[in-house]
Amino acid sequence: MLSIEGLRSKYGRIEVLHGIDLEVGSGEIVTVVGANGAGKTTLLRCLSGVQPVAAGTITFRGEDISRLPAHRRVGLGLAQSPEGRQIFTNLTVEDNLRLGAYLYSDDRVDTDMADAFAMFPVLREKRNLNAGGLSGGQQQMLAIARALMARPVCLLLDEPSMGLAPILVDQILEVVKNLRSLEVTTLLVEQNAFAALSIADRGYVMETGRITMSGPAEELIADPRVRAAYLGI
Amino acid sequence: MSELLQFLLSGITVGAVYALVALGFTIIFNASGVINFAQGEFVMLGGMSTVFLLDAGVPMLPAAVAAIAIACAVGIALNKLAIQPARGASVVTLIIITIGASIFLRGAAQIVFDKQIHRFESFSGDEPFVIGGATILPQSLWVMAGAVAVFAGLYLFFTRSLLGKAVLATANNPLAARLVGVNTNFVMTLSFAMSAAIGAFAGVLVTPITLTSYDIGIALALKGFAAAVLGGMGNPFGALVGGLLVGLIEAMTAGYISSAYKDAAAFIVILAVLFVMPHGIFGRATVERV
Ligand SMILES: Nc1ncnc2c1ncn2[C@@H]1O[C@H](COP(=O)(O)OP(=O)(O)O)[C@@H](O)[C@H]1O
Ligand SMILES: [Mg+2]
Repeated sequence: MLSIEGLRSKYGRIEVLHGIDLEVGSGEIVTVVGANGAGKTTLLRCLSGVQPVAAGTITFRGEDISRLPAHRRVGLGLAQSPEGRQIFTNLTVEDNLRLGAYLYSDDRVDTDMADAFAMFPVLREKRNLNAGGLSGGQQQMLAIARALMARPVCLLLDEPSMGLAPILVDQILEVVKNLRSLEVTTLLVEQNAFAALSIADRGYVMETGRITMSGPAEELIADPRVRAAYLGI
Repeated sequence: MSELLQFLLSGITVGAVYALVALGFTIIFNASGVINFAQGEFVMLGGMSTVFLLDAGVPMLPAAVAAIAIACAVGIALNKLAIQPARGASVVTLIIITIGASIFLRGAAQIVFDKQIHRFESFSGDEPFVIGGATILPQSLWVMAGAVAVFAGLYLFFTRSLLGKAVLATANNPLAARLVGVNTNFVMTLSFAMSAAIGAFAGVLVTPITLTSYDIGIALALKGFAAAVLGGMGNPFGALVGGLLVGLIEAMTAGYISSAYKDAAAFIVILAVLFVMPHGIFGRATVERV
């Protein structure tokens, strides 16, 4: 589905990704965990085409997309819910969702929006309000729902649990877990390693721009090094 | 009383033109964060191109449409050749680029057109209407109607169409716009084309009243910019209110004091307003640009 080889990326002259290899299979939930500043967000920005790639290739559904502009990648089914939500604060909740399906103007837009409201009923209540007025948790739901409106084959999620109360974290993770039933492949990036590994099939550990460990999620959760470094156990 | 009405009518007429120029500033600012000081040259291009096409024997309507198309092409070229290559440069650099473009366009207009002052026939004659003791030219009504049509059209575009919402989304959060599949380069090009078209349209409407020449752009850009800042940079409704206010202040000063002070009066009022409301009348306290 999604295959990354030797990916390098820089901010100015400073390289922050030093050759990332990563594989996401169809239907999987894969997570990348790592401390703040490891390069997780940069990785997802490269995948979405909003960050220059210095070297390496990104193959998505058999096509090399590493030089494709961002909007073309969305069209191929690669959508992202970015770090910090990045919702359109000046626009209504409904307009945010409609813009999620910016590339489409068929009947499915309406059914997808109804599905989004069924998934997050609070968004239906607030559909005509400015999205900037939503609470943090509601904004996160909106960001995920907006990304789902883009009809993703593969969904990139950057820190969906960031800044949320524990009960909301559980709710969001439940949604991510259920993406499997929608046949959406998921690449989940999290600092909250325990939460992410507990719902993922496989995981990668990222440290200062390199992948240092990878394997089935249950093995990583049990690994003493992971437990010491990321799970605080 | 009829005197006041007279000044009001002429204030609204010039104010409508300033509002259209301010709207041009607003659209480009929202899409790209650039303050385009070549905005006045679009007005000049609209008027001057129409003059020369009429001279070449083209009838009024096609000449006006072609003049607007020419300005559009210049706006798109400005974006592609001067603004987009400098992407990532500081705001000040971008402003200097647009000032350079404005000087270049003025120079080119001197060569392509000439240095004379021109006008063409009003659309529906010069027989003034008398309202309550004041008079108004039919062309002034054209200017006002044109401004109303542009603002109404834009309102519908931004609130009803998906592309219009994509432009708003790009202004609100360019990164998120790209992540939902909006081609933000296209949105920028579209914004320059729209601003240029609006400026040129204003030029076509107002030339029979104010006349035109290669160098009318500077003053218009300054007034339009002042109007945009007064209304709150980035807010189309603010552009409308700011433009009308600047026009009215000018007309009142010219009428009741002296036309020698009209430019100064407008800027003094603007400075006073900005001193109290630094973000303009309808401006938001924080301008977030990611
Ligand atoms: N816009 C930026 N300019 C320069 N350096 C940046 C920028 N964004 C992130 N970095 C640096 O890149 C590295 C990786 O950051 P990031 O991808 O945000 O990590 P993570 O998402 O894992 O916290 C960090 O060292 C960070 O300081
Ligand atoms: Mg991050």
